[in-house]
Amino acid sequence: MDYSKEKQLSLIAEEVRINVLDAVTAAGSGHIGGSLSIADILTVLYFDEMNVDTTQPRWQERDRLVLSKGHCSPALYGVLAEKGFIPKEELKNFRNIHSMLSGHVEYHVPGVDMSTGSLGQGLSAAVGMSLAAGVDKKDYRVYAILGDGEIEEGQVWEAAMCAGFYKLDNLVAIIDNNNLQIDGTLDSVMSSYPIDKKFEAFNWNVINVDGHNVKEIKAALDLAKEKKGMPTAIIAKTVKGKGVSFMENEAGWHGKATNQEQHDEAVAEIKKRIKELEEK
Amino acid sequence: MAEKYATRVAYGEALAEYGSKENVVVLDADLACCTMSANFRDKYPDRFFNIGIAEGNMMSIAAGIATTGKNVFASSFAMFAAGRAWEQVRNSIGYPHLNVKVVGTHSGISVGEDGATHQALEDIAIMRAIPGMLVVSPSDAIETKAAVKALMDYEGPAYLRVGRIPADIINDTPDYKFELFKGYQMREGNDITILATGLMVQESLKASDLLKEQGIHARVIDIHTIKPLDEEIILKAAKETGCIVTVEEHNIMGGLGGAVAELLSEKYPTPLVRIGMKDEFGKSGKPEELFKKFGLNADNIVTQVKKALELKK
Repeated sequence: MDYSKEKQLSLIAEEVRINVLDAVTAAGSGHIGGSLSIADILTVLYFDEMNVDTTQPRWQERDRLVLSKGHCSPALYGVLAEKGFIPKEELKNFRNIHSMLSGHVEYHVPGVDMSTGSLGQGLSAAVGMSLAAGVDKKDYRVYAILGDGEIEEGQVWEAAMCAGFYKLDNLVAIIDNNNLQIDGTLDSVMSSYPIDKKFEAFNWNVINVDGHNVKEIKAALDLAKEKKGMPTAIIAKTVKGKGVSFMENEAGWHGKATNQEQHDEAVAEIKKRIKELEEK
Repeated sequence: MAEKYATRVAYGEALAEYGSKENVVVLDADLACCTMSANFRDKYPDRFFNIGIAEGNMMSIAAGIATTGKNVFASSFAMFAAGRAWEQVRNSIGYPHLNVKVVGTHSGISVGEDGATHQALEDIAIMRAIPGMLVVSPSDAIETKAAVKALMDYEGPAYLRVGRIPADIINDTPDYKFELFKGYQMREGNDITILATGLMVQESLKASDLLKEQGIHARVIDIHTIKPLDEEIILKAAKETGCIVTVEEHNIMGGLGGAVAELLSEKYPTPLVRIGMKDEFGKSGKPEELFKKFGLNADNIVTQVKKALELKK
């Protein structure tokens, strides 16, 4: 990846972060911490990896994404708005009774490939899409993003077993390893570590990356494409609340909304970074 | 088709018979040999996936496949298809209103010797409670095949309930016609109406014959589509016969009896007696012994019809 691309993706990811803050602040509720930790991953996927068409959200040949950690809808909606699937103004109506954007990710929203929110079900749905590609002899790829707390759900491992068994090399699971769940750190609640060894044991190709380094994320997605005969799990080391210093690594920002003052402080910090990046 | 014939066998045969449609995909959870989806597997191996013993995973996979434009039949024992995987059916299939047919075989008390852990007596209730979910419970092998065929043309989530044991064929008549959403009147009569579903339709027909000998003319209607309920045929029967008995191999709460009670109490209050499992678990035993023990046979239907007639007075 050349520097201009890297810069472009980093700038988009910052805009996505602002979208997240705008949406959650307007709603007065929502999940910021885990949305900020996947902003870079989603940006790389939608702006440098996935084959999608904003004019035909249900295009049959498209690559698919299942945001299994569906509470992080602000991040996905923030990216879909940036990409042009949904109007940016709609983010201000997030969680509003009159809006199409509910609290968790929903299938009827343009650009969304599966309803999620009840944890542990998204990887299975992605496996289904991946199997269907085989039935139809289509070469689209399927991505699923899971939380590191989410993988405490047993169904994730049922799906992992199935994907390994069927050698689904068109499937990539990305684990958002920010090390925090609602009640605290993974180690204090229910450790899902070692994550990489678990996926390896289910016959997955495993790649560890820095989940905020767009170059590394893209390189891992490229490696996944080259790997034949097995699905790929990308374990992305991330920081919950990434990009807003008073939120980083704070479990309390899992499901808490910013007030206007906190919003403005956070956005100012992000805008400062954008300015620095643009001037580089 | 004279001999006895299990509805699950008809399910498997119908999948193979009508499954040539390219958009049909079938999933099973290590019970293909029992749900009989193996018939489809052997004929169309490229469109069949065994998911192993993981029913929740199977339902979410079915949802994912359905998003690509396919009609997915996902079968397991009713206890696991509807029970174990309820929340996956609700959130992965029901909420996005995807084209998945959840198929529960080995439903009801007639599972027999395997006992209470495998006798699904709540599946109709819990599937019915999911918004937009069609619930179909055919009465014999002929009706099961017709239902599978209809569900292959139906777009949206549905639950199909079939049974384990070989049962009588009752719909081998020249004028038999299956229509989703419509009750099917099998006996005329104006003294009382028996609304039955699944294998209990056969028992209700036997009961109506016994009642006829005693001068009681019971109308018998097969309610194969429990949701949405055919309100027209039921309200007409309530008005014309003045009292109703429901019969099902299911808890009397939330199933056919529950659905009919909801309808009648809101639209045309009518004396009603519900026959089924009385908020209790089953147990091991031969199916016919269990039917007798829990009152799911023609003799008890006759007794309950008489009680219902008392209410009418």
